[in-house]
Amino acid sequence: MAGTVIASRRARLRAAALTLPLIAFVGVTFIAPLLSMLTRSVYDPVVADALPKTIALLRVWDGGQLPPDETFETAAAELLAAREERTLGQVATRVNRIEPGLRSVITRTARKLARVETDSWREAMIEAADAWAEPSTWRAFRRAGQSITDQHYLHAVDLDRDGSGGVVAQPESQRIYVSLLGRTLMLSVAITALCVLLGYPIAYLIARAPPNKGNLLLLLVLIPFWTSLLVRTTSWIVLLQSQGVINDTLVALGLLGDDERLSMIYNMNGTVVAMTHVLLPFMVLPLYSVMRTIPPQHMSAAASLGASFARSFWRVYWPQTLPGIGAGSLLVFILSIGYYITPALVGGRTGQLISNMIAYHMQQSLNWSLAAALGGILLACVVALYLLYDRLVGVERMKLG
Amino acid sequence: MAAQPAYVEFDAVSKSYDGVSQVVRDLHLTVREGEFLTLLGPSGSGKTTCLMMLAGFETPSGGAIRIGGRAVDDVPPRKRDIGMVFQNYALFPHMTVGRNLAFPLQARGMEKSAVAERVQRALQLVRLQGFEDRRPGQLSGGQQQRVAIARALVFEPDLVLMDEPLGALDRRLREEMQFEIRRIQRSLGVTVVYVTHDQTEAMAMSDRVAVFNHGRIQQVAPPEVLYEEPERPFVATFIGDNNLLHGRVHSVAEDICEVAVDGQIVKAFLVAPLDVGQEVSLAIRPERVSLAPDAGLYSNEFEVRIEDTTFLGDHLRMQTVVCGSEFVIKIPNIIGHGGVLPGDTVRIGWTTTDCRALAPDLGPAD
Repeated sequence: MAGTVIASRRARLRAAALTLPLIAFVGVTFIAPLLSMLTRSVYDPVVADALPKTIALLRVWDGGQLPPDETFETAAAELLAAREERTLGQVATRVNRIEPGLRSVITRTARKLARVETDSWREAMIEAADAWAEPSTWRAFRRAGQSITDQHYLHAVDLDRDGSGGVVAQPESQRIYVSLLGRTLMLSVAITALCVLLGYPIAYLIARAPPNKGNLLLLLVLIPFWTSLLVRTTSWIVLLQSQGVINDTLVALGLLGDDERLSMIYNMNGTVVAMTHVLLPFMVLPLYSVMRTIPPQHMSAAASLGASFARSFWRVYWPQTLPGIGAGSLLVFILSIGYYITPALVGGRTGQLISNMIAYHMQQSLNWSLAAALGGILLACVVALYLLYDRLVGVERMKLG
Repeated sequence: MAAQPAYVEFDAVSKSYDGVSQVVRDLHLTVREGEFLTLLGPSGSGKTTCLMMLAGFETPSGGAIRIGGRAVDDVPPRKRDIGMVFQNYALFPHMTVGRNLAFPLQARGMEKSAVAERVQRALQLVRLQGFEDRRPGQLSGGQQQRVAIARALVFEPDLVLMDEPLGALDRRLREEMQFEIRRIQRSLGVTVVYVTHDQTEAMAMSDRVAVFNHGRIQQVAPPEVLYEEPERPFVATFIGDNNLLHGRVHSVAEDICEVAVDGQIVKAFLVAPLDVGQEVSLAIRPERVSLAPDAGLYSNEFEVRIEDTTFLGDHLRMQTVVCGSEFVIKIPNIIGHGGVLPGDTVRIGWTTTDCRALAPDLGPAD
């Protein structure tokens, strides 16, 4: 007995060991980057590492008047040291995000201080840049020196801290992320709804067709799925642009004047149309797999029991397809709130989604912390949605295929 | 039974899916009011197609179906008021038993209180009181079967169709349900058309059985008559065991004929008029053959060699050859093997009336 128990445990361990490469792969390529990114959104030690003594002194400073001479002295020394070690640029960028304009102040000051010999670093610094005579500059440094910060998350929802540390709304001209997130969620809902509307009849047709015809129809759904995303998106450009196939046809038919061409792409409309097309298979496949398990006799039975087609459908068929709708909608919605390529290509200005802004901060502004915070919010949305779905429908009822 | 008026009539009904081969051919069948009629036949014999045409899910290619004297060709299934039990029950898995039963009543716009009362009555009928809040998935096969029957009856249809309803159950449960269905049918006096390929099931339950083959009814009769007086070779062999001998009519005298089989003369009872020289099949039930009778006692007597015997508990089965054909004899286990062993040569005999000269089968090309 004992022998078999040990043997079976060994067999189980060996089986588990087979999954180790996968676990390692997921750990290296998914979990580690995710964690490092999420860490970056709240942890930013650049300034604290470069100017440790200055930050320590500013922590005990009351923040009202200018800090004492000792702080100026330490700050000057550490700024010069940072210049030597070439970390000054990072420090300047970080501080600049709190108080725009300080980047040039910092680099200019360090450059000038390197050339002067003085006893009064206070005078030398203020001489180098007037900003050092403002307490707000030092407060910006103090805030930048906090390694753990909620600043990026606050920025990601259009908030900021004022000089006294209270949370306030950003100036109206700088509020973009909340409305962008709102637009992303709204477009995702619209795309999901369109996918249900278009995908349900297709899935129904495939599920009810005789097997050979059903397979052919399924192939028609899958072929676009196998075609390059870029090709598909570009063909929408060919169709929808103002000199495109549809506009040309409408003009040729005389339905539109040449100067009335519809703008169907490079705006929200382009994003919705192209993304619905791209994501449709993710709705059709779960729906089809659920519908295939519903015996066709159910509709016959309902008819024999005296129900009209509408009644049979709504009372008997539709409720049985809800797990498929749930799975498909969850899939499409989650994919669309994080979608990047299609809105980047056909979204124009009004069809951009939050992920395009994340990409901008990753590639252009290099504000990775803010990108990470926006990504964290997106992740939270997905998790919240998943939990809501689990609460309302139950994830175990979800059928993906 | 014969006094009951006709309720369902198939009048020269035929069905073809491709316009060439006919699944059902020139079918005439009358179901009487309150009758339990079974359509029995192998798969592909057209019995299920007949049922589906009656339910309205298939349209006849020719002929007419009348229910209660009214042609139903243009009546959709939902307006036919026919209860139907499907092969795999077709219970709605997302509804409780109670809501499954209420479905046909709600579809008819019945009041809430009346619905509840009818549902209770239906549950009582199938002995499932207290199950209304369960879901079909939580019930055993037999219980699901009962729910399906209750659902087909709850709106009090005059006609109920059952398409191999017991196919998915094991043997013991099947026998129990056969009895149960029969009890319910008798207590309600409802007309039932039942489809099965299982001849014992058909024999056990039916008032009459219509035996199907090649899309045609070979014979319609009560079970005893089908067994005792089969008219065609297919019926003779499909219902119970039978020995078939093939020969040519030698002479005919009233309802008795002499048939030459492999050079020997067999006396047989004429089922249908035959001419001298015509080919004919003779059917003799294995249990109607006497083993080692006194000489001259039977009109048909043969000396045969017993090839093999099999002991089957209540009877012995002996394998032999008569007139060049394989031949089986069943001896009830009263005297053991009667001293007859394989290799022995014995005399066997049977009466003229137990040897039936059958009409030819109705084939696909007739």
